[in-house]
Amino acid sequence: MSTPTLLRLATAGSVDDGKSTLVGRLLHDTKSVLADQLAAITDASRRRGWTGELADLALLTDGLRAEREQGITIDVAYRYFATARRSFVLADCPGHVQYTRNTVTGASTADVVLVLVDARHGVVEQTRRHLAVVGLLRVPHVVVVVNKVDLVADPATAYDRTVLDIEDLRRTLDIDSVSVVPISALHGDNVVEPGPHTDWYAGPTLLEVLETLPAHRSGGPARFPVQLVIRPQHGAVAAEHVDYRGYAGHVSSGTVRVGDEVVVSSSGVRTTVVGIDRGPEPLDQATAPLSVTLRLADAVDVSRGDVLAAADEPPTPVRSVEAVLCWLSERPLVPGARVLVAHGTRTVRAVVSDVAERLDIGRLAVEPASGAGLNDLVSVTLTLAEPLPLEPYARSRHGGSLLVVDPHDGWTLAAGMAYATLPGAGASPGSLGGSDRFDAAAPLAGEHR
Amino acid sequence: MSQTLAYDPSTDAHDHGATGGGPDLLDLLESEAILVIREVVAELERPVILFSGGKDSVVLLHLTAKALWPGRVTVPVLHVDTGHNFPEVLAFRDATVARFGLTLHVARVQDYLDDGRLRERTDGTRNPLQTVPLLDAITEHRFDGVFGGGRRDEDKARAKERIVSLRDAFGQWDPKNQRPELWRAVNTRHRPGEHVRVFPLSNWTELDVWRYIEREGIELPDLYYAHEREVFERDGMLLSPGPWSRPRAGEEVRVEQVRYRTVGDMSCTGAVRSTARTVGEVVTEVAASTVTERGATRADDRISEAAMEDRKKEGYF
Repeated sequence: MSTPTLLRLATAGSVDDGKSTLVGRLLHDTKSVLADQLAAITDASRRRGWTGELADLALLTDGLRAEREQGITIDVAYRYFATARRSFVLADCPGHVQYTRNTVTGASTADVVLVLVDARHGVVEQTRRHLAVVGLLRVPHVVVVVNKVDLVADPATAYDRTVLDIEDLRRTLDIDSVSVVPISALHGDNVVEPGPHTDWYAGPTLLEVLETLPAHRSGGPARFPVQLVIRPQHGAVAAEHVDYRGYAGHVSSGTVRVGDEVVVSSSGVRTTVVGIDRGPEPLDQATAPLSVTLRLADAVDVSRGDVLAAADEPPTPVRSVEAVLCWLSERPLVPGARVLVAHGTRTVRAVVSDVAERLDIGRLAVEPASGAGLNDLVSVTLTLAEPLPLEPYARSRHGGSLLVVDPHDGWTLAAGMAYATLPGAGASPGSLGGSDRFDAAAPLAGEHR
Repeated sequence: MSQTLAYDPSTDAHDHGATGGGPDLLDLLESEAILVIREVVAELERPVILFSGGKDSVVLLHLTAKALWPGRVTVPVLHVDTGHNFPEVLAFRDATVARFGLTLHVARVQDYLDDGRLRERTDGTRNPLQTVPLLDAITEHRFDGVFGGGRRDEDKARAKERIVSLRDAFGQWDPKNQRPELWRAVNTRHRPGEHVRVFPLSNWTELDVWRYIEREGIELPDLYYAHEREVFERDGMLLSPGPWSRPRAGEEVRVEQVRYRTVGDMSCTGAVRSTARTVGEVVTEVAASTVTERGATRADDRISEAAMEDRKKEGYF
């Protein structure tokens, strides 16, 4: 029996957009809520005075006691559902507290982000915030979900207005792929099946969109950050492997094939891949994001932290990098701060030598900055104690991402995107040579009946 | 009248979307788990694998062996032993330890009951009593990275936990103050005295685990497959009579064809009626199940809406 593919989703929405209800509806209508879970929330809904149909589906996603008590979502929760075509991992990101931190966390691993819009209010400041973050993180697809269409007198007009506003934002924020889907999460219209509140709409349901969007992409030149050198000697599982020497890691982008010439990023030394092992199973090739072990033709100096890269398109190690940081900590950023920068499997000491600009996310305009606080998006210069093979984030989501880490307690202070620019700050993010993006001229909305 | 997306899949030669051809779901889940395991083995000094002989910990061990192949698994395993064991699971544990050449540490709840550091609960279940022996073992052996087979689909508190989850010097989890988990980055850093819990199977579902067991030909204790067993019914669960779970008046012992979906404290782990005697039949059964794994089989998780959250905050798995 073959297994389906995997699509990683994240949600973003304001507190009253009905995001938890939508997630509950997706789980319920794809038959991913089992009898005992439904019984538990039906019971809890009644105790809380719920009088609607079914149960309060939002309760399916509230995992912590404080969330149930306060009726809010505090932290990212992960949910799983599947159809015959696909399995989905859904990161449900709360919208109000620490919105940027949570959205960044969910969006960094997502193939698709669902941004909720209340049909009564259309695109609001929160929508712009979420789309700005999603654009900055270069999430491959965005689905804007226009919820609560059952509550407006003329849903088709409300939908059309949202489509136009989103198209404007899409251009401003340089987002690749957006679709706009009208639904009623409360009643279930157009989530999995069409319904009477969306009978004016002829496009696909939300689930149909999610089932047909392209899943993870593995393009770009081959990159393989080395995690471990495997050299078991007499600790091998069998005597025939005592001389084994392999480099364990994962293909972070592209495809590695037996016979490929690769270059060690730190030294520039070249060698050839002679074997790819997934455990005891030999492979001819490995595509991102597979975890494998590579064997090389020569006994070159390779250790944890090195990147093995396609020899015809290697990354260039740099000692200084301009980056956009999403500041995720309550501890403020002060220029000159000494931090750690983690990239792939290498962590180096660094200084935040300059904080240039900050995005006023409400106005989508940049302004001069002298530091950063929680949820701020700022452009900085990082000076690195040792070179890192950083690539433009616009070209490679993994080659261009970095963490800023507190050297004292190891806390993750910021998510960083190398050579990225803040929206509206002049140069386009793809201008640093090459881009994995696509011509975005096609319409983004479903047509009316 | 179909929707047109701005994204044109025909321009992406490397797509492995609905048309297939690239890594499938199990490849992706396996690769994510192995990436996490290798980071922890590389970065931390004293990792340990929690190993009970249950299916999730068996899969975790299989993944660790694959991550380090052809090196042996040098990470020790720790069993927090409730004393309420299924004999066949204990035998399976010891056979597995011997086959992989592992170092086994056992932290026994019974020792704590014997000398009074813990007291038996009125309901008799010992799953919640595992926390203190676990934390003591972590302190005693100075473990800094503790691998567990926990999955986010098991429970709503687990659904909130990070793959790499920081614990303070008291082993406590602070769900409101968790580190953001970004891209494929694995941050295992912590201060002295703190440790991290690591859940490489976070994104797996029960069905994924079974499909992987099928694909990889992983051996499990026999009680995961349908067999004839004496059981009695209590609170809708089929319990196996034993020294710690005697039927009360009116609870009739019958022979039924059953299997176990989870393995824990024998006194409160229920069997389910099943005819699935092979791994393929179990996959089919799990795919069609209408009740969650824990709802079907764990009396202790029915205590309250927040039973797992409370235990996790105190340092439970």
